[in-house]
Amino acid sequence: MTALRVEAAGSVLVQDLGRPGLAHLGVAGSGALDRGALALANRLVGNPDDAAGLEVVLGGFRAVLDADAWVAVAGAWGPMHVGGRPAWPYRAHRVRAGEVLELGTAERGLRYLLAVRGGIDEPPVLGSRSRDTLAGLGPEPVRAGRVLRVGAEPAASVPLLDEDAAYPPPAGPVTLGLLPGPRADWVTDVALAALYESPWRLSASADRIGARLEGPALARAVVDELPSEPTVAGGIQVTGAGVPTVLLADRPVTGGYPVVAIVEPASLDRLAQARPGQELRFRHAR
Amino acid sequence: MTGRVRLLPSGPGALLVEVPSAADVIALREALAASAPDGVVELVPAARTLLVVVDPASLPVDTAANWVRRVAESPDDARAAAASGSHGPAVVVEVDYRGDDLADTADLLGLSPEALVGRHVATEWRVAFIGFAPGFAYLMADDWPFDVPRLDVARTRVPAGAVGLAAGFSGAYPRESPGGWRLVGRTDATLWDPRADPPALLAPGRTVRFRAVGP
Repeated sequence: MTALRVEAAGSVLVQDLGRPGLAHLGVAGSGALDRGALALANRLVGNPDDAAGLEVVLGGFRAVLDADAWVAVAGAWGPMHVGGRPAWPYRAHRVRAGEVLELGTAERGLRYLLAVRGGIDEPPVLGSRSRDTLAGLGPEPVRAGRVLRVGAEPAASVPLLDEDAAYPPPAGPVTLGLLPGPRADWVTDVALAALYESPWRLSASADRIGARLEGPALARAVVDELPSEPTVAGGIQVTGAGVPTVLLADRPVTGGYPVVAIVEPASLDRLAQARPGQELRFRHAR
Repeated sequence: MTGRVRLLPSGPGALLVEVPSAADVIALREALAASAPDGVVELVPAARTLLVVVDPASLPVDTAANWVRRVAESPDDARAAAASGSHGPAVVVEVDYRGDDLADTADLLGLSPEALVGRHVATEWRVAFIGFAPGFAYLMADDWPFDVPRLDVARTRVPAGAVGLAAGFSGAYPRESPGGWRLVGRTDATLWDPRADPPALLAPGRTVRFRAVGP
């Protein structure tokens, strides 16, 4: 059985596509924050889309495989080395037994999604190998010294690609599509317009639970307390002080702040790659 | 519920349904569960709302909205009949009623501690929804008249199994966590086990009875 020994890790989590359908029991969907990047990295090594990989925030990752293996990285764009040789993200690479795989500090985007052919084979919890950081479910965060088992070879071969499938995240402003939220009328019309018209910045406190946005205060039209409501990924809740936060994969399944708009699912992967301080803009989703 | 149900947008894969009361949430959830078409991923209840989660590839949210309206607008007795018997036998939870806040809480309500415990065990509770943490059930009952204020200062550490009261609800902590509910007792029941099916002992819709044990 192939194993991956982690030698250096900053913020690294095992993630697959999560555990949907359990919010009624208090469990959020969790899963890779950039779902498209995990699916792409998996496809590049012939895995099914939902195989578990590693979500590496910003870089500082080093690991050794004890047998030859295929790996691919998608999502963030930055310096990658295999056995000391520079390697491109968004391509499958053959790593020889004993060779070091390294991910340096990302130049674009924030979260590398690393797939290993066969998938990371940690014990699933409630049908998923994703780490839910709020509920504390799933594989423990990956620290240096951890040995992760790699699963059996999938049926599909490693696909031959005649061109790169590389779409590194943008360095400039990130535009996200918004859909109407259930409590749009809980902020003033002026505030709702400001949500679309103002430039926003991603707060340094953003994590897998939620992404707080820095910008103008969004004045509440209704200041009553809202009985807790079920949440969806992408919901933008607004606190009493008018601070918006986009709820993400590890969010609480119910929340007491009004959700005034919803980031469309297709835009959530882009938000997952936004860096603290990066400019965000909203437009009406089609 | 006719005319009192509001359907609110919640993205391409969900619909938020607002009803007048927590009891209406329970009733609507049962009626929808009894008639769910393919493509319904789950029904997530909360205090006054129910989130209908769909797979939009097989059930567009507009189609789901028509189904929800049809069920919500059907006569109350027809809806009740469709949902009858769907919540199974009561789960019995054994409680040692020596909670740290039992005496103070009884005092607040103008009762003796024994009388408060008596009311708590005599009540047939329903799981209205789960929130706060995996498996943390909010229990309510039509004949539970008490509105219990949360502690002014929440505890930083409430032990797993603590049974508490807050607002019109009762509940039990599935694992150690901070919390502001007033604690009336403690149970050894396994409230949350990710390896069990279902992992939550007290799932939405279940009927729950408490039984006093210990000295």
